[in-house]
Amino acid sequence: MSFAVPPRQCVSLLGPSGCGKTTLLRLLMGIERPTEGRLSIDPQLAGHLSYVFQEPRLVPWRTSLENVRLPLELAGAAVNGTKNEIEVLLTSLGLGERMSNFPRELSGGMQMRVSLARALITKPKVLLLDEPFAALDERTRFRLQDLLLDLRARLDLQYVFVTHSISEAVYLGDRVLLMDRTGQIDTDQTIDFAARDQSLKLTPAFNERVSAFARRFTELEAS
Amino acid sequence: MIATLRNRLPAWIFLFGLLAIWETVVRSGWVASYLLPAPSDIYTTTRELWPEIWNATLSTLSSIVWGLAASFSLGVTLAIGFFAVPILRRAILPFCVFFQTVPIIAIAPLLVIWFGFGETTVRASAFIVSLFPILANTLTGLEETDPLLREMFALHRPTRWRMITKLQIPSAIPYILTGLRISVGLATIGAIVGEFIAGGGLGSLIDSARTQQRVDLVFSGVVASSVLALLLVLTIDLVSGLLLRRRPYTRSA
Repeated sequence: MSFAVPPRQCVSLLGPSGCGKTTLLRLLMGIERPTEGRLSIDPQLAGHLSYVFQEPRLVPWRTSLENVRLPLELAGAAVNGTKNEIEVLLTSLGLGERMSNFPRELSGGMQMRVSLARALITKPKVLLLDEPFAALDERTRFRLQDLLLDLRARLDLQYVFVTHSISEAVYLGDRVLLMDRTGQIDTDQTIDFAARDQSLKLTPAFNERVSAFARRFTELEAS
Repeated sequence: MIATLRNRLPAWIFLFGLLAIWETVVRSGWVASYLLPAPSDIYTTTRELWPEIWNATLSTLSSIVWGLAASFSLGVTLAIGFFAVPILRRAILPFCVFFQTVPIIAIAPLLVIWFGFGETTVRASAFIVSLFPILANTLTGLEETDPLLREMFALHRPTRWRMITKLQIPSAIPYILTGLRISVGLATIGAIVGEFIAGGGLGSLIDSARTQQRVDLVFSGVVASSVLALLLVLTIDLVSGLLLRRRPYTRSA
């Protein structure tokens, strides 16, 4: 499979369980190697990708601030002058009061925010997210969806968002790709809503798109 | 606090019951006091000879601390070395296991030949018996890091050494503390065995009391060494508790 993503476009990736959505992201990050075939990434992007796992995967003995600093430490960067930058980032993610808390002292939503901050601290060009909000309750999930849209606007960020939720895919993507069980792209549609906020989900236009994808999704699952 | 007291209460009742029976059995002449002195006699002897017992206890304590400090630093260093360089581990670890199986009482005379009578031999004896638990526990801790965290760290392509210092060593800290807790009891045994042969401390006190048929003093020495070991374990528990409360070195959040 191959798909080109023009600059600034954010893509949602949908598909039945086991179709290879997660594997695709893991291949892109180099966590897994292709068993056959070839993987090629635009050299301009290599090294500028960041990954957000399904779970927050924070280091339990590090505070929020230290967790966000970890990628810099592991890269061997000088971390002395970074405190301010991390504080600004954490504050912009609504964690201004939680910088010196350990993960176990944070709610699931807050842990995911720290995880997002950790992915952003390396200033990636593209963020790859693997069902990051799947384990959160609905209200927290909606809040984090809006946070992601807000980050996108502020940081000029591009992302690939893997999800099981059709409405989440339509809400967050400029474009929704639906994968079939063989890993091929079945449907590729551009979504262009003028403005996105949670009230969009109540409009007929939004729901039409969601139901269209849902129908095709069900057919793919049955096939 | 009240709950703890209530939990401990049965143990205290049992202890005092046992002491009362012991006292009665000896006082009534069922057991000869030169074989088993009454608790009250042991108490009197301990009070009378307190300066000697206290000094012997301090001397043993010092040997334990030295031995433990040595096995802690060497054990942790070796474990990290073995973990970082697997070939080193395959070469040396089998001999460490062998070392562990040789009874200390069998090596002690050799230590006297090497280090002479006195503290050095006692420290060496405490060191030898307490090395392995720290080494083995640290190694386990370094190996059993959370695979999910390992994967997350690997995303950032760290050097092997950064991976060890930032992931594996912190993950191993609870295991190191467990190793230390096991080792402190063993170091006490090692020190007293060393003192039986090389002299000094509670080991010497117990041994010379035996030759003088002072069973009461033997008991004083035994009680002193038990209390010493217990206090050392409690100290390590306290320090571990404080450390882990300040920073939760756990496997999962």
